[in-house]
Amino acid sequence: MKRFIPFIVFAVLATFFYVGLSRNPREVPSPFIGKPAPAFAQPQLFEPAKTFSPKDMQGQVWLFNVWASWCVSCRDEHPYLVELAKAKRLPIVGLNYKDKPEEAKAWLAQLGNPYSLAVVDPEGRVGIDYGVYGVPETYLIDRAGVIRYKQTGPVTPQVWQEKFEPLLKELGV
Amino acid sequence: MTMRFSSIVFCALLSCQAFAGEAVPNAEDPVIEQRMNKLAEDLRCLVCQNESLAGSRADLAADLRREIREQMHAGKSDKEVVAYLTNRYGDFVLYKPPFKPVTFLLWLGPALFLAVGGVIWFFTLRRRRNLATPQISEAARQQAAKLLAEEEDKQ
Repeated sequence: MKRFIPFIVFAVLATFFYVGLSRNPREVPSPFIGKPAPAFAQPQLFEPAKTFSPKDMQGQVWLFNVWASWCVSCRDEHPYLVELAKAKRLPIVGLNYKDKPEEAKAWLAQLGNPYSLAVVDPEGRVGIDYGVYGVPETYLIDRAGVIRYKQTGPVTPQVWQEKFEPLLKELGV
Repeated sequence: MTMRFSSIVFCALLSCQAFAGEAVPNAEDPVIEQRMNKLAEDLRCLVCQNESLAGSRADLAADLRREIREQMHAGKSDKEVVAYLTNRYGDFVLYKPPFKPVTFLLWLGPALFLAVGGVIWFFTLRRRRNLATPQISEAARQQAAKLLAEEEDKQ
């Protein structure tokens, strides 16, 4: 029995390391899952005279995508968002985070516009209210306006299949 | 001494913010600034996770410092400011996590390890005490003495 002790200690340590090191420390668990999307009223990117509020989307399942023209991973993510928008399954609202409107518009003109509507957040205040810490971030919001999932980092086909699809099925979209 | 040190930190922070291209609107209120810094020391920057909110140059850290300053100006207590941040970013922003079921192991772990160590220590000592001193016969002792004496003579 006694000679197994080092092996047992090793096994316990190895298990802890295996689990601990395979986690992504960049992924901060969001306190927003299952909570109503924070309210705001921000000017729209293309029509600054009009504002947008999350409650305007009540009754719809929608994606809220935080992006900026200065954000490199957003460029990675963008083609897939355009593809999703083409499928017309659910509306995507963009939050242009700490960006210049001209640059954001030029970016969308160049790479395609997946957003049914884009709002601006020049000072990053809406971002803070949504707990944004690394753009791009994408929220899945249900018909009642409750955040069901938050993706930090690009939405890739894999992420979409693994994280979004099961929830969309559940929501009947 | 502490005063001088904090003013150095304060200046360093100001220059850092200037570097980040942020306006420095509250330099005229050193009380708030000091309170903000003290609080931000215990908060984690979400972008550079090994830096405190006070020390980070990340854009988001500057924004969050601005937010903390504004809330303090509005008369919010430190506790309210911390609640504001944990509501948005979770307990992750706290360098000192709260004591609750998920963190029981974290907080009580060291005591648990100490207790396990104590138990092992206790049993080891008890076993050692029970270990009888080996008994040898008088004849064997004499033989050993003889052999040792011979060894010494050789040298």
